[in-house]
Amino acid sequence: MYAIELHNVSVEYQDRMGLENASIQIPEGTFSGVIGMNGAGKSTLFKVIMGLVRPTSGSVLVDQKTPLQAQKEGVVAYVPQNELVDWDFPVSVYDVVMMGRFGLQNIFRTPRAEDHAQVMNALEKVGMKEYRDRQIGELSGGQKKRVFVARALAHGADILLLDEPFAGVDAKSEHALTELLLTLKQAGKTIILSTHELTSLSEYCDHVALIKKTVVAYGPTTEVFTRDNVTQTFDGAMHRIKFSA
Amino acid sequence: MNIVDLITIPLQYPFMVKAIVVSSVVGAVCALLSCFLILKGWSLLGDAISHAVLPGVVLAYIIGIPFSVGGFIFALLAVLLIGSIKTHTKIKEDAVMGIVFTTLFALGLILISRTVSSIDLMHVLFGYVLGISDVAAWYTIGVSAVVAAIILTFRRTLLLFCFDPTHMQSVGVSAKFIHYFLLVLLAVTITASLQTVGIILVIAMLITPGSTAFLLTKRFPVMLVIASVVSVVSSVVGAYASYYLDVSTGGAIVFFQGCVFLGAFAFSVIRSHRKKNTSVVSV
Repeated sequence: MYAIELHNVSVEYQDRMGLENASIQIPEGTFSGVIGMNGAGKSTLFKVIMGLVRPTSGSVLVDQKTPLQAQKEGVVAYVPQNELVDWDFPVSVYDVVMMGRFGLQNIFRTPRAEDHAQVMNALEKVGMKEYRDRQIGELSGGQKKRVFVARALAHGADILLLDEPFAGVDAKSEHALTELLLTLKQAGKTIILSTHELTSLSEYCDHVALIKKTVVAYGPTTEVFTRDNVTQTFDGAMHRIKFSA
Repeated sequence: MNIVDLITIPLQYPFMVKAIVVSSVVGAVCALLSCFLILKGWSLLGDAISHAVLPGVVLAYIIGIPFSVGGFIFALLAVLLIGSIKTHTKIKEDAVMGIVFTTLFALGLILISRTVSSIDLMHVLFGYVLGISDVAAWYTIGVSAVVAAIILTFRRTLLLFCFDPTHMQSVGVSAKFIHYFLLVLLAVTITASLQTVGIILVIAMLITPGSTAFLLTKRFPVMLVIASVVSVVSSVVGAYASYYLDVSTGGAIVFFQGCVFLGAFAFSVIRSHRKKNTSVVSV
């Protein structure tokens, strides 16, 4: 079964192409790294999966459904880049995780007992329970990430999209975060993250997608994370990286 | 004269009671809205919309319909113009707003200068709550109450929209719809505040209380309460000041709000300074 299926997807913005004829089939329960240069189309790919951008042509299936249907059923959860979040916002860790329940609540969004239970459960899983009353700006880079992973868990989504989760996060927190994501993978979640950390990629990603306006290659890390593919994706030789083949 | 007299004497005049009640109600609803606007970064948009209602007010006077209806139509027109120019050009949003609101405001000035009437530009710009009619007072109170109830009922949705519209959209709730919903609330509030503080001073009511509260708390529900209290107290103080000092009511309200903001600013600076000192000691 595939969590994500894109067939010949093109996205045309006003002044440029976001994606051209991109096709990818991401199996359920895998941990995929999405790599490519800035502006290569990684964000567009994420937006297509989340149903925020409608492809100009091609077809998209998320958990066998249309992206809009998947939105309604809460299939995909998104962890934003740290720099896109207003960390001065007057909300606590608990408040942010509760936002994960938003799509499941009635129109007044009044939290019920079930919502509180799921929020505590999610906070427990990411190890952020003691920090629940902190204002979100009072956390380290790694803790901030875990709060948003908790929000995705509270949401109950089966597919997690993480946009540059390691940007602004130290090595120790990066390790803690990948451990957490690997646990979630064991529990059956599909993890998809974009990253510039090519050196450690093969340690936790079992699949890799190389993006350059289209999907240059996608498959098991051992097969597609090769010098040739990476060179083609990044327009040049990449040194200091351990390749699979 | 003792304190009780100071407080009760102005209340013997119906126009003072009306002024105090209407300013407080308008103050409260503007304060609630201001919390969302400053977090969303929409302060300038409030500024733009309030200026843009001027031609609507004058046209409403000429045709003979309520001021707020004309104002509301032009508020929506401004929003649509700003939105469509922004999507179809590369001009940045602040410049687009500047162009739209000054042009509409200028149109309002032209219309006023060609209208032989009792319409007083000063009252439209700076409010004249002491002279508000019973009908207008009830209208303002009614509209404000409805807007306040809507804001409080949907505060969680509006807050998520301000914080993370992408997440909101990704769970299937239209962020675009909430965007326009908040804009309509803003337009309605501005037109309802017209006669109390006028279209220039309402900008302050839509920015200052929320900003003051933001300096004092890290909890959104507390922020809503602080902003409302600050705003209502300012309205009452402003109304009394205008009675005893014979000064503009709107001016007194907004000036007092600004003073409270300065106090909150000083307090927050001192507090963060103390925190730094204590943390140095504890290390």
